Amino acid sequence: MEQFAQVTKGLASGFATSFALFALTLVMSLPLGMLIALCTGSRIKALSVPFKIVVWVLRGTPLLLQIFAVFYVPGLLFGFAWPMMNTGWAWFDKTFSTRFIATLVAFAVNYATYFSEIFRGGIGGIAKGQREAGKVLGMTRAQIFFRVILLQVIKNILSPISNEVMTLVKDTSLAQSIGVVELMFAANEQLTRGLIWPIFYAGAFYLVFVGILTLAFGAAERKLKYFRI
Amino acid sequence: MAFLEVKELQKKLGGNMILKGVDLTAERGEAVCVIGSSGSGKTTLMRCLNLLELPDCGSISIGGRRIFAAGNKYGDAELRRNRLNFGLVFQSFELFPQYTALQNVALALRLKTREIYKAERRPKSELRRALAENDERAATLLAVVGLGDKLGAYPCTLSGGQCQRVAIARALALEPAVLCFDEPTSALDPELTGEVLRVIRSLKTEDRAMVIVTHEMGFARDVSDKVLFMSGGVMEESGTPEEIFGSPQSGKLKAFLNNAER
Repeated sequence: MEQFAQVTKGLASGFATSFALFALTLVMSLPLGMLIALCTGSRIKALSVPFKIVVWVLRGTPLLLQIFAVFYVPGLLFGFAWPMMNTGWAWFDKTFSTRFIATLVAFAVNYATYFSEIFRGGIGGIAKGQREAGKVLGMTRAQIFFRVILLQVIKNILSPISNEVMTLVKDTSLAQSIGVVELMFAANEQLTRGLIWPIFYAGAFYLVFVGILTLAFGAAERKLKYFRI
Repeated sequence: MAFLEVKELQKKLGGNMILKGVDLTAERGEAVCVIGSSGSGKTTLMRCLNLLELPDCGSISIGGRRIFAAGNKYGDAELRRNRLNFGLVFQSFELFPQYTALQNVALALRLKTREIYKAERRPKSELRRALAENDERAATLLAVVGLGDKLGAYPCTLSGGQCQRVAIARALALEPAVLCFDEPTSALDPELTGEVLRVIRSLKTEDRAMVIVTHEMGFARDVSDKVLFMSGGVMEESGTPEEIFGSPQSGKLKAFLNNAER
């Protein structure tokens, strides 16, 4: 029983790191994805082509490789070191280590490219006619976007976004590759001590979290069910 | 000078000359029907009138005021203002699906009210009253098109004919001087066209002009004061309904009317 409590504590602390990575990645990659979508969807070739190449590279190589690249390459090439947190608050400084920051950057940029493609499809999917109906009624571009287009886009992209978000929950385990002590890392530590069950216990953490997200997305979908596009 | 005066409109789209110098006039209270086969430029003409496409050549005036002249530069805000002289009813309705019938009709009014009250820094209570008046006006307009009992209905619960009538009420909300219809019944089942045509017919008033692109020859003959036949991007023939349908002159119009009858 004492062992169970101890393992739970270890895993919970790992999960806190996983969750921080998850939440911060979303906060950064959603707006960044919107920005990239505007660039790749731009009519200006000088803007769209480079960003399309970036999207291709980031979606075309393993996230694991990108984590290594972000963590090691700046140091090897430019002598750049990821900044160290020094707030004096031990938990904070330890959780947001240089390794965590590098992982977060890799995750945010990688997920932004996936989100950007979803946004691009979602915005393009709202027919030109809706925009023109707004124009004919004397609405400004901003009014058309916020009052007419946005909610329809959200409804359109909710299920592909939820897919990505679920994948992100489990992708956070990739952070252990450069030594970030997240949930799977914590479970692995128990493995080296000869305990196998904590690995499956960690699986339960992911399952419960994804379960909560599933309910949340389901609720959002039901909320938008009152209209059809 | 006619109330609505469109002169020498030319428009090129994707390398093709769609409008090759189109003239059109309409007086207050008049309904002008534009007929012609697909690809003759009718829809492009409508889009140019509403400044959704900017003509390459030509000009548009309403009540003696120049709304658009090719060659001039227009800013977004100016285009937006000038566009409000026209209303447009789309073939595919284009109702906003997330809003009720009432909200669809009231939206533009409410946005305009907010803009004005914000600029004049009027108190919140006055704004609320004005917005409530907007909603009342929207409800009245929906009653005019026979949908007084559908205020809270979402577009996905309405029939095509009902949707198009909401769209007509929406176009009326801002009181455009010229109301345009782009094939308003082409997306409807035959049994639903009647209700929409009846509403359009009832909208003829002294202070408004209507320009209607339609494939409903019976309706065109019956509602319009003037009929224009378009072909290959030009106004091939124009006249009273009696002249156009009774004694067509050009071979193209004769062939078109023959086909339309069958």
